[in-house]
This record gives sequence, C-alpha cells and structure tokens, in this order.
Amino acid sequence: MTETTEQPAVNPKKLLFLNRKAPYGSSLPREALDAVLMASAFGQQVTLVFLGDGVFQLKTQQDPSEIEMKNFSKTFAALELYGVSSIFVEQSSLQKRGLTLDQLLIPAKLIQSHELTELLEEQDQVMSF
Amino acid sequence: MLLVEGKTINTDKEGYLKNLQDWSEAVAEAIAQQEQISLTDPHWEIIWLMRDFYQQFEIAPAMRVLVKTVGQQLGKEKGRSIYLMSLFHESPAKLASKIAGLPKPTNCL
Amino acid sequence: MILHTVNRSPFDTNCLNDCLEMAAAGSSIILIEDGVYAALSKTQFTDQMLAALPKHNFYVLRPDLQARGIQDCIIDEIEAVDYSGFVTLCTELDKVVSWY
Repeated sequence: MTETTEQPAVNPKKLLFLNRKAPYGSSLPREALDAVLMASAFGQQVTLVFLGDGVFQLKTQQDPSEIEMKNFSKTFAALELYGVSSIFVEQSSLQKRGLTLDQLLIPAKLIQSHELTELLEEQDQVMSF
Repeated sequence: MLLVEGKTINTDKEGYLKNLQDWSEAVAEAIAQQEQISLTDPHWEIIWLMRDFYQQFEIAPAMRVLVKTVGQQLGKEKGRSIYLMSLFHESPAKLASKIAGLPKPTNCL
Repeated sequence: MILHTVNRSPFDTNCLNDCLEMAAAGSSIILIEDGVYAALSKTQFTDQMLAALPKHNFYVLRPDLQARGIQDCIIDEIEAVDYSGFVTLCTELDKVVSWY
C-alpha cells in the first residue's frame, strides 16, 4: 500500500480522460472520476474532457437518491482540491443538448472539436470512458 | 466485524465499515482501539473534518488533499504530514477514514 | 393498447426514433433511465417529440429526471410520474414493449 505525499511525481505524464457517457446509465462515469482522482493524487498532469452525452455528467441539481445511486456529481467540486483545473466541455455537445455553461456544476472551458483533436495529440495517454 | 454496545457492526476485511450508516462515536472508539489508537480531541477534530469532507464531496480525501484541507481549516501547524502521522500512524488518510466510518480514500491501489 | 418504454439517450442510440416510428396512434410511451433526455425542451429532438405529442400519451419517470438534474428543463406537456404511476401504467395496458 502506498500513499502519496506532498511531493509531485518525478516524471508526470500528460493524461487526458475523455468522458462520453451520461451519468447514471452505466458505471463508466464514476470509474472515470475515480481514475482522475487517483491519477491527480499521484501527481500526474490531468486533463478532463466532456463530449457527447458526457456533458450531462456536469448538469447541476442532480439528485439520484430515489434511484438509489450515489450522487457522484458532488465529487466534481473536489477536483480543484485535487489540483485538476484543466476541464473542458465540447461546445457543440453542450449546445445540442440545450445546455449552457451556467447550468454546469463546476467551471469548465468550452472547446471546439478541432481544438479537441489537437489536445488529444498533445497527450502522453488518452483514457476513454 | 465489531461488537459495539451489544450491536454487531459489519466491516470488510481491511476493517472499513460495510454500511456507513452504522457509524457512531462509539464505533469510532472501537475501530481506533483495534488500531491501537486512543482518541483525543486532536484526533476528533480530524475525524469530524473528514466526515464533513465526505458529506460535501462523497469521497474520502487522498493524503495530499487531507493535508491541504487540514491546513486550510485547522491552521498551517496542523496541515502537515508529520502532524497527521503523529495522530494516525504511517497512513493518516486511510486510518482516519476508517475510524471516521468512511470508505477507503481513492488514492490507494 | 401497448405501453412503450424507452430507456436510452436519443443522442446515443436510435431507440427513440424506432419507437416513435413503430408506436401506433393512441399508444402510451414512457421515457425512463437515460431515455428521459428525450424530454428536454431545447434539443434537436424537441420538435420530433412535440410533433408526436398529439398521437400518444407521453410520460417520463420523475426519479430519473431528478437523478439527472433536468426536471426543470423538460417539455411541459409530458407528464412526469413516480414509480407507482409507472406500475399503474404497466397494469392498465395490455403489454409492454421495451426499446433499449
């Protein structure tokens, strides 16, 4: 068992987590968030991108108590404490779903799809959820 | 498994509570005793801080985040690994989570 | 009559489309799980839903709306029901067809 200290990792990798699924239809979004927290706790350079139905993960006012699931949307607010500030939402995905940035529960930057293409190229690894 | 005030409390094989609702101060004392820690006020302020953190974010904080949060809320003197290790042995985030009745922090492989 | 259930996001699969094409006039359609996103009022599917509204009895499962935080963003004419309402629909109608 290892626990991280205050020291950053010696050779941090650029890791991008691509979130494409709606929040409660599968366990993938939760697993992605766990992986993001773990990677950042180990000092990796983490970028988080929400694309397609993935943007629904960030909708405010989620309350899954009646469907008896955990409200993991509350965990997004901890990303700042974990040092994850590179959070992007693909613009047309948000627009197609009739949502705007002020309906999202954390500050995210809008990104165009061609910018996302470049962002993917810059990474050491891309994890798709 | 723990026996607290005549009630059986289920734990996993690492000693974390199976049902988070089972937690009480007496349960915390019992878990701490198993870990050879006797809880004092400095322990309790960390335990309550961890429970607040979980309430807010639905996760137990990783070590680095625990240190940061303790520093912000309880002062710089306490927001140090050394201080937390003096209270909760070598793995403060894990042990304090266990005693606070929370799941294991998500940074432990 | 038939109760149709749609439980996948219209953005992700063709379930909504297939259901709307196949459901007979007068049948009932309930949106559940990720299917509730079809009830959103400002999407590419909104017009299609509005056009289908007069032909069917539309329902959406409230607990699934609340889980996803979209209860204030849906088409007004779609009736939100709780689990008990869903059960009533299942028992009142002859059969259930699931689109998933």
